[in-house]
Amino acid sequence: MSSTGSTRTPDFTIIGHRRSKVDAWPKVTGRANYADDLPFAHLLYARLLRSPHAHARIRAIDATRALAVPGVTAVISGADLPVPYGILPVSQDEHGLAVDKVRFVGDPVAAIAAEDEETADHAMGLIVVDYDVLTACMTVDEALSATGDPIHANGKANNVHKRVALEFGAVEAAFEAAAHVREDLFFYGGSNHLALEEHAAVAEYSPDGRLTLWSSTQTPHYVQRALAKALQLPERRVRVVASVIGGGFGGKTEALPHEVAAARLAMITGRPVKCRLSREEVFYSHRGRHPMHVQLRAAARVDGTLTGLHVRTVLDGGAYGSYGVASTYYSGALPPATYRLPAYRFEGARVFTNKPPCGPKRGHGTPQPRFGLEVLLDKLAEDLGLDPLAIRLKNLVAEDSVTVNHLRVTSCGLRACLERVADASGFLDKHRRLPRGEGVGLAASCYLSGAALPIYWNGLPHTTVHIQADRTGTVHVACGATDIGQGSDSVLASLVAEVLGLDLVDIQLDTADTALAAVDLGSYSSRVTFMMGNAALRAAENLREQVLCAVGRELHLPTHRLILHSGQVALRDERSPIMSWPDALQLTQASGAVLAASGTYAPPPLAGPYKGAGVGPSPAYSYSACVVHVNVDAETGQVVPSEVWLAHDGGRALNPTQVEGQIEGGVYMGLGEALWEEQSFRGPLHAGPTALDYKTPTALDMPIVHCLLVETDDREGPFGAKEVGQGPLLPVPPAVANAVYDAVGVRVDEVPITPDKVLRALDRQARGQPARHGPRRFPDIAYPPLTVVEPPAGAPQL
Amino acid sequence: MKSTIVATVPPALQVDDSAPGDRWLTVDMTVNGVPRMLRAPAHRTLLEALREDLGLTGTKHGCELGECGACTVLVDGQPRLGCLTLLASVEGRTVTTVEGLGTTAEPHPLQVAFVDRGAAQCGYCTGGMLLTAAALLADNADPTEAEVRAALAGNLCRCTGYASIVAAVRQAARMVAGGASHPRSGAQG
Ligand code: FES
Ligand code: FES
Repeated sequence: MSSTGSTRTPDFTIIGHRRSKVDAWPKVTGRANYADDLPFAHLLYARLLRSPHAHARIRAIDATRALAVPGVTAVISGADLPVPYGILPVSQDEHGLAVDKVRFVGDPVAAIAAEDEETADHAMGLIVVDYDVLTACMTVDEALSATGDPIHANGKANNVHKRVALEFGAVEAAFEAAAHVREDLFFYGGSNHLALEEHAAVAEYSPDGRLTLWSSTQTPHYVQRALAKALQLPERRVRVVASVIGGGFGGKTEALPHEVAAARLAMITGRPVKCRLSREEVFYSHRGRHPMHVQLRAAARVDGTLTGLHVRTVLDGGAYGSYGVASTYYSGALPPATYRLPAYRFEGARVFTNKPPCGPKRGHGTPQPRFGLEVLLDKLAEDLGLDPLAIRLKNLVAEDSVTVNHLRVTSCGLRACLERVADASGFLDKHRRLPRGEGVGLAASCYLSGAALPIYWNGLPHTTVHIQADRTGTVHVACGATDIGQGSDSVLASLVAEVLGLDLVDIQLDTADTALAAVDLGSYSSRVTFMMGNAALRAAENLREQVLCAVGRELHLPTHRLILHSGQVALRDERSPIMSWPDALQLTQASGAVLAASGTYAPPPLAGPYKGAGVGPSPAYSYSACVVHVNVDAETGQVVPSEVWLAHDGGRALNPTQVEGQIEGGVYMGLGEALWEEQSFRGPLHAGPTALDYKTPTALDMPIVHCLLVETDDREGPFGAKEVGQGPLLPVPPAVANAVYDAVGVRVDEVPITPDKVLRALDRQARGQPARHGPRRFPDIAYPPLTVVEPPAGAPQL
Repeated sequence: MKSTIVATVPPALQVDDSAPGDRWLTVDMTVNGVPRMLRAPAHRTLLEALREDLGLTGTKHGCELGECGACTVLVDGQPRLGCLTLLASVEGRTVTTVEGLGTTAEPHPLQVAFVDRGAAQCGYCTGGMLLTAAALLADNADPTEAEVRAALAGNLCRCTGYASIVAAVRQAARMVAGGASHPRSGAQG
């Protein structure tokens, strides 16, 4: 790993400096408590009985024998959880336990609570379920042509969950006038998050009717809402605490059956109930990357200027809605925020299948079209005799611009990202010039710094930070935001410490708990640094103002001459200390203040004037560019990534070590998806629901990753920061595909790029056929009539 | 209180409901320097014994099938997967978990280096990584990058891409070589 170019701002004492994370010591000494580590007296253990059928009606459930086993306390089924819930208001299609029907192998049917896990496991095997097995749809094609029972009774025809068709600008005219049109089909395989911690939750119901759930969740607030609905409790009587979380990546962003079932069992038994998933259950619970069919058509001038783009997607959604409607919109939202497009058409659809439900995974709905678009750009460049760098530089979205689909772009470091990454890797000297078997590939991308609209419609802040201080100098910071390993607690402490001139150890954090009266929507859509960060700044600045005013009054100094620095109130110019922080707090409190301040953040109104405009807008976009160097063995089809350069514009790097950690982790996960990882099925069964069969890169597989920080100073970001948690994954898979082409001249238009696919393409190449492996047809889907949306004033013109 | 669902089920679907039985054993071992005696069923794993009987929850599980390395502990100084090690097999042996590797006051150089390098993101793989690396450094004071990667190849991490972990292990090796008195990590890097 190497890092270059990050600018240091000497005025900051914490921001921009390499600092260890605030939770580092508990984590390296084994003292961090994850959900399964929490001690409870009188605990019951719950297990979920899961369906062995992909699609079946439940005729009867007999739990008599299970209940007769000593140590078994309760057995519940769908009848105990009749109220449906779902993360999106439009998709309230889940129950904690199946009601009437199961829709995938692994769909929970019953839950059992017992004195220990072994008893629960044993007795679970004694529950007898009588199923009426139905025809299962395991692929999009099967689902679209199914004539039997639809997967959801109230679903649209042919198991279609969601359809969208939007047009911005004069698309037909652009294609008619185009000097060159390039069209291709792509397929992006689904993948699981495989967070190393398997989900676990403990529920407790107090005699006075309050429910508490400790859980490995990224979104305590949304779980609180879902539990309240599913259990028919007032939201204020449901408390959700995210324990320390062993990785999320999107897999823990909504209420899941084990949480709902544990809660119901706690209510029934009056005892704390724990439910933890096995690795196999995590694979079946899923909510991971949608397998996606992508069809792209681009119109360009001879010089490579893009004049129009048409994106069509079909998402294989699995059995439930989850975030799927949002995923569908995301599959078409971001191309115009990366490249200047005067005309854009997007048609997308999500189809239910009898597989574990898909949902959000790092990059949510955007890596799949990104893969296609970045490969298509390479092909287009070759058609036109351009290099991959030139065609991208020619089409960059402009800073401070508005896109044809009504997205507002503020800071944009994409040009710098591309130039830096090409420079550092020597891309232009290597591309088309390396010996056969070696190649380099380039790709670019963008991502949101938080969704500008909440998941359920409301006009409330997206996050709240409360700061309290006391006479000892202690600063207590509360926010519902959830550290899933990405370092949000450290970001929160750093921002407050910077403003108040304190050290990180002086900041006491209380986070990830819905009882803090400081709702944060959760760790998803890369929103936390930007949104929680802005709220934290507002709160800290407010407290600083109170303290400096009180000190100024006392010492007859104007406030603007005072600063907080190194645990002191100091004179701005000389930086000479005049009062200690605790003394200043005491003075402030004695003057009648309560030493508390709050800050909130809500994004500006950014949604365009059309249905679906809520997905895509963000207060700021991050940008990434990537070069991957690969070695391809033409005998075995093995693709070995040997070096990666990734430049990322995440605004100001609040802590370069943490930013690089996110980039390295994103590159890792991107390489995993590009080359190895796939949630695939044999019949109705997961092909390998274990950490061994589901291949992920190990320390031996990971190449050197060069992190290049491109620090724009976003005017709305906290100290200029934007996101880094998700963006760096996005350009990696297409850069790998482009590098494979550079190495051996074959196109694998499908992810993961496994050896068999490379060999098939090489075989075609040897036989003089088109040297490509990839989809040859697109699912037979009927998109709705286009909704034609007038582009905003100032959008790119032809 | 029991919530019951009862319905008629065809005889074809009836099942055997004999409960599992097991022999119980007494095991003596030393855990993090402290002699311990445990009585447990013969099939109890070391992972279960550490987490559930001794409350040493720093040892994690990510698969319980020997695939992820999160449960790695040292048995007589050698890395072992707690989930595949029967408690009975550590009779008379010395077990070290992450809680016994070092303390905040007197950390192992690896812990200092992991903190400095940001090598613990979610931290779930961290205990297993630290113990695997500790065994490596005990064996090979100056491992090459390739040797570090090979040693850690059985420990999965989903957060870091391994870069910071490999860098931290090599930094710790240099600290030991330089006779570092294992200083607490400074805030500044
Ligand atoms: S829990 Fe032991 S190797 Fe995964
Ligand atoms: S730090 Fe999260 S799995 Fe390694």
